[in-house]
Amino acid sequence: MKRFIPLIVLALLAVLPFLGLSSYVMHLFILVVMWSVSGMAWNLLGGYCGQVSFGHAAFFGLGAYCAGLVSFHLGLSPWWGFLVSVPFVAVTALIMGLIVLRLRGPYFVLATLALGEIMRITAENLTTLTQGNLGIMIQRTWVEKTAYYYIILALAALTFAAIKVLAESRWGYYFVAIREDQDAAESLGINTTLYKTIALAVSAVFTGFSGAFYMNYMGYIDPQVVFSLGDISILTIMVVMVGGVATYWGPIVGAVIMVLLAEVIRSLPYIGTAYQTLFGVLLIVIIIYLPNGLVGDREKLARLFGKKGAAA
Amino acid sequence: MWVQLEVFLQTLIAGILLGGLYALIGIGMTLILGVMKIINLTHGQLMMVAMYIAFWLFSLFHIDPYVSLLIAPPLLFLLGMFLQKALINPVLRVESILPHNQVILTVGIGMVLQNLATIFFTSDYRSTPVDYATDAWYLSDFWHNAPFELSLSYPWSVSFLLSVLITTALWFFLTKTDTGKSIRATAQDRDAAMLMGVNVGFMRVITFGLGAALVGAAGCLFIPIYYLFPALGSQFTLIAFVITILGGLGSTMGAILGGLILGVFESMTATYVGMGWAPVGRFAIFVAALVFLPGGVASLLKRKAVSK
Amino acid sequence: MALLEVDKISMFFGGLAALSNISYGVEKGEILALIGPNGAGKTTLFNVVNGFYKPSRGEVRFNGRRISGLKPHQICALGVARTFQVVKPLQRMSVLDNVIASAFLRAKTKAGAERRAMAILEFTGLTEDKDVLSKGLPLGKRKRLEIARALATEPELILLDESFAGLNPAELDVSIEIIKEIKKKGITIMIIEHHMKVIMSISDRIVVLNYGQKIAEGSPVEISANPLVVEAYLGEAEGA
Repeated sequence: MKRFIPLIVLALLAVLPFLGLSSYVMHLFILVVMWSVSGMAWNLLGGYCGQVSFGHAAFFGLGAYCAGLVSFHLGLSPWWGFLVSVPFVAVTALIMGLIVLRLRGPYFVLATLALGEIMRITAENLTTLTQGNLGIMIQRTWVEKTAYYYIILALAALTFAAIKVLAESRWGYYFVAIREDQDAAESLGINTTLYKTIALAVSAVFTGFSGAFYMNYMGYIDPQVVFSLGDISILTIMVVMVGGVATYWGPIVGAVIMVLLAEVIRSLPYIGTAYQTLFGVLLIVIIIYLPNGLVGDREKLARLFGKKGAAA
Repeated sequence: MWVQLEVFLQTLIAGILLGGLYALIGIGMTLILGVMKIINLTHGQLMMVAMYIAFWLFSLFHIDPYVSLLIAPPLLFLLGMFLQKALINPVLRVESILPHNQVILTVGIGMVLQNLATIFFTSDYRSTPVDYATDAWYLSDFWHNAPFELSLSYPWSVSFLLSVLITTALWFFLTKTDTGKSIRATAQDRDAAMLMGVNVGFMRVITFGLGAALVGAAGCLFIPIYYLFPALGSQFTLIAFVITILGGLGSTMGAILGGLILGVFESMTATYVGMGWAPVGRFAIFVAALVFLPGGVASLLKRKAVSK
Repeated sequence: MALLEVDKISMFFGGLAALSNISYGVEKGEILALIGPNGAGKTTLFNVVNGFYKPSRGEVRFNGRRISGLKPHQICALGVARTFQVVKPLQRMSVLDNVIASAFLRAKTKAGAERRAMAILEFTGLTEDKDVLSKGLPLGKRKRLEIARALATEPELILLDESFAGLNPAELDVSIEIIKEIKKKGITIMIIEHHMKVIMSISDRIVVLNYGQKIAEGSPVEISANPLVVEAYLGEAEGA
């Protein structure tokens, strides 16, 4: 029975467009699913392999620019961006992995953070290619949301399945072994640098897909948006941390919460401008009280509320 | 030829002056890294807070930014101690799957500080119009027939000298006082320090406070010569960690050299490549350090010491 | 030719010699014990053999092939496995998953790795703990898990770093039995141990280190009669 839960959830989500929901609600669903993809991708590297990246905006933005630029410069359909992004994102991830993943300590954290910024500054300055801060505007394929919804849903299903298969395979075991103890993993015959690089590359490619979808769906990008530290890199981490680190469903739960929260907070008068503060506070609270997220710490949560229930 | 030499020397001077201030930022970061083994990704935001303190003291009470050195760093010291005690220390005890939890925490703190600054002070660019802002010493004042002209900005040099002074004071504190020695012992070997009776938890609190105070001092030194806006925080956090990598993680001497190198390098990039490329130069040198010298300048110093 | 040849190995840390000019061989099928007071350089030597450290001088050969300079995972793939003095279980993985992760080195499929892991858990007496998260295991079983993990990589030579330290007498007997069984399987063992009774009863030969130097090598009988050893090590133990 448990095996079928993902399929049931997918089936339920697939009938959603037939409910006649408003365009705005569909927009929210699309964002939730898109952030689930980003979160699941980050989770593979951060949650399973234990390599915390502060720069996934680099891959997200690269994916987005691949889609934008094939349309803008080559006149192709921006959907080709998915295909085009794979080599670009993978090579970027491999180069970074080669440089940083052989080092121990906080180098990876710092290098990822730097990578995101390097990509942003490059996109801002390479104006002949990217138009700099003017950004890239493309013709969206559809006005209606339904097609976009199905595309991102299919991508999410693919990501979910791929990560589940990976996590339960040899690679998954190696990733977790590296997270738990790199010395032990290395001495047990695991090529830790290689497998960390693999985790990084796979995670980056899926994040790139998410970015390519963003370009297609929104129709406009600029460096400040898609390479944003706060709005992409950190938000991706938050999606995973709030939902549940190293769990299949965590990023999805996290995406629902973060997207809805962002919408609610931004729509409130006065408080809207403080949404970064509220996100920051939420991040701090999660780290202190639920470090493994709602899904990861659900037993802790149940205990907490169970006790309260008993007292009341 | 004289012109080229003039431009070069002027760029070099500007770079060294900037580097002196960078060093102060780097030292604070590297102290925290050494003792806590975490990267403080809210370092620049703390500096921004100090700069706003100095800015408002100047705007409201006409207190000179250099006088604020006596006010803002102590306040930052308290803020740093509070952050460590109330937020970071508890997280050290939390068991979680993700490593680097404290680092993510500092990001959260940085988000809050930056956003609050935007809300309260808007994202406008501010500066303190001190009346000596454009004063400078000129080479021709001292050497009448000089073949070229060099200028030394008055506030830049004062800031640089104060930065050297603070660094020296810190060095005395770390090497001569009991608290300073305990901090260094904790950085070298936490368990051994604990066995020797050092209160490690307390040292962490002091160190974070000290790191915050140092970067706060840097903020006061920067405000007479720099613009201020809330997003400045994240920019300087990046600068701080580039210095730390360049210098070698946790090495004070390395941080000073790293700061100077970065200052000169940025200044050269701005002059010879273009203003907009200075941040790119910053990252280029960061990547170069990761590839060719992962131990930073400190590893070179150490190698030399060993071969002696 | 010995299975493992340690050839004139020196290891310096910032000018300090942790190991100086150590040479000896481990013969196929034997149990060789490495003993010596704390700080003698035993674990450092393990780290050199296993590839965590690159020796400052000298080389290590395994099956006649130079292995010093290779990465630990390469050395493991060649057939040298190790355990750690301070146990390093993969904390948030179950006992079974810990062993599966290492069994993957030789197994082609997940089913194969799992089969192999189950057999090894049976061999090391950990079968009933297979679903326990390894951070929840008591020390004695964690030490055995270390051995199980090392065995799962199907080594020719296994390096055991204080696998008996901190065990109660009952656990000690179990572990000694396991070591003897490992030997019967034809796996060569190099072991660091402080427990003299254990050493004398199980080892074929002993190498004694003191301050990074080899001061003696021989059978247990020879070693216990060697005045140098008695002075450096046994005497100290009696005095304590």
